[in-house]
Amino acid sequence: MTLGTPRRAAWAFLLPALVYVLLFFGYPLVNNISMSLREYSVRSFYTGEAPFAGLDNYAAVLGDPLFGTAVLNTALFTIGSIFFQFTIGLALAVFFSGRFPGSALLRSLLLLPWLLPLVVSGAVWRWMLDQDHGVINAALRAVGLADGPTPWLTDPGWALPAVIIVNIWIGIPFNLVILHGGLRAIPASLYEAAALDGASAWQRFRHVTWPLLRPVTAVVLMLGLVYTIKVFDVIMVVTGGGPANATQTLTTWAYQLSFDGDFAFGQGAAVGNLLVLIATVFGLLYLRSARAALREEQR
Amino acid sequence: MSSAALARNLVITGVTASALVLAGCGPSESGQAATEITALDYYADQQGSKAWQQVLDTCAAETGIKVNRQTVPTDQLLPKILKDASSRTLPDLLFADNPSLQQIASTGALTPLTDYGISTEGYYPGIVKAGTYQDKVYGLAPGVNGLALIYNKDLLQQNGIEPPQTWEQLKAAATALTKDGKYGLAFSALATEEGTWQFLPFFWSNGADLAKLDSPQAVEAMRFVSDLVTAGSASKSVLNWNQNDVADQFVTGNAAMMVNGSWNLARLDETAGLNYGVVPIPTPRPGVAPAVALGGEVGAIPATGAERQQAAAKVLGCILNEPNMVAWDKAHAYVPSKVETAKKFGQENPAMQPFVTEVETARARTAELGERYSTVSQALGAALQSVLAGQQSPEDALRAAQEQAGRP
Repeated sequence: MTLGTPRRAAWAFLLPALVYVLLFFGYPLVNNISMSLREYSVRSFYTGEAPFAGLDNYAAVLGDPLFGTAVLNTALFTIGSIFFQFTIGLALAVFFSGRFPGSALLRSLLLLPWLLPLVVSGAVWRWMLDQDHGVINAALRAVGLADGPTPWLTDPGWALPAVIIVNIWIGIPFNLVILHGGLRAIPASLYEAAALDGASAWQRFRHVTWPLLRPVTAVVLMLGLVYTIKVFDVIMVVTGGGPANATQTLTTWAYQLSFDGDFAFGQGAAVGNLLVLIATVFGLLYLRSARAALREEQR
Repeated sequence: MSSAALARNLVITGVTASALVLAGCGPSESGQAATEITALDYYADQQGSKAWQQVLDTCAAETGIKVNRQTVPTDQLLPKILKDASSRTLPDLLFADNPSLQQIASTGALTPLTDYGISTEGYYPGIVKAGTYQDKVYGLAPGVNGLALIYNKDLLQQNGIEPPQTWEQLKAAATALTKDGKYGLAFSALATEEGTWQFLPFFWSNGADLAKLDSPQAVEAMRFVSDLVTAGSASKSVLNWNQNDVADQFVTGNAAMMVNGSWNLARLDETAGLNYGVVPIPTPRPGVAPAVALGGEVGAIPATGAERQQAAAKVLGCILNEPNMVAWDKAHAYVPSKVETAKKFGQENPAMQPFVTEVETARARTAELGERYSTVSQALGAALQSVLAGQQSPEDALRAAQEQAGRP
């Protein structure tokens, strides 16, 4: 059977995307997997010699006391960030769905964290969170919420909450924009009908907004999850993974293994691959739920 | 444009690019001396960059070789070199932090400087050691730096305090100067090479050894530093400060004394109303010479083809020439790396004298451990953070560090 013209056209349309994916995702990924199975040192970069090491790098990484810390921190960072980004983003989206003067201006101002380069906002947050001269501690003291200075970035117990706060701030606009879009798509007539039935504001949210927003919610949460798991720059700029590894996540640890001291590129690649694996699992879950939602809609 | 024409042009572009790449990579057969080289450095700050550009311009004029300069941020230098090494596109001349030289030389990408008749005569032995990998000199520097104690003269005078020379005096001074929202002392204790480098003067001056991180001398040194933080004489923020942050604290008057390097002096000079003095880093006991780590960058010549290497050697030789060496050292506040030159330099620049004194007894970080230094340094930096953050006692942290560093 020869390829029909429509099928050939389909392939032609697919080809650029396929080439792009293979070149910019496939090749690095395969390379990274190969690197994680080798003893890759500084020398290897020049000589190209990297002896095959099997799963030694994975064993070394899994046996490292930092592995547990990094996984736990990654989980706490991801869950904490997403929970607050989403709830605050949703609250703001609902707030801005009501029309009032200045709404558009305020909304665009709230987008600011999204527009700033992370290195800039990260550096500013580092100053603001400074224990001695930071504006946050001064503000907390001024309104009587704290007596002494909070050691945001110098106490291992506070550093993770501090970077989570920074990441929440950065992530709110994304949630706000997508959820706001979702809200606009809900027909106003449904709210009118609910109001006629005597539904309270909470009941309107609970029985109209929330169920109709579900598909958008799934997208926001899933994308947020994949974005957040791999956050690197925020933590790197604000704490560098410190103090005493208190904010070390899988991404910062992978970087540290590769470039800080040890130059264990194979182990760094191994941690990177574990991260890819985790993100892939969530990505597949997302695709499945999206397909299920589509089927439900079509029914 | 028709799609056929577009395709044709793309093919031509591709072929041209490949040809260019091939021409760039292959050794040129002409035998003519190269008139153009590339150089890589990490002098990204304004003063350092300007000083470096000046010396490169001078040498371009003196040798007639055009230097195409590339600058990357400090933490990007090694990744860039590794990337360049794997694609065989290394610069002809590179300036790297001296402890990194071991890593770079271990790749086999560098050529020994003796190949070009560059002599190490008259240089401080420590500096030559820092540039040596497996008995061959691969890197030499026109200048070096080290750490000293920089203090606010006015604040010390107001409190009737003499610049400290011993640990005991340093502790007493830091305690007395901690008041009115100011800290007595500032330093950097990052969990990276920067933190280790700032801790080494205390570690080495107390007789500790990098080959054994958990010796009683090492524990004592770490306890001394952590006591300063626990007592509140230094801010706990030292955990997050790099050396620029430390200088910020000093310049804004938040710290009365700081451990920092000579390259900051120009910035202090620019600060109106700041009256500062410099003394060598205090030692555990009187009369002990401080053992600071030798800092600074060494120039090295990667294997990029005979003609280009010769041209790079000419430029490096010119940079190491005494007048150029002194001009650069002056502009960047570094200590000349030749003994006699440095002595004269110290007499002519009093603020630099304590740094010159210290360089005489300074040590190369990689002298003993070679390329293993970076692993040991990382373990030591992590231990310091753990102790300062109150996670572990100095004994436990250093024992863990020794275990980690000792791993094959």
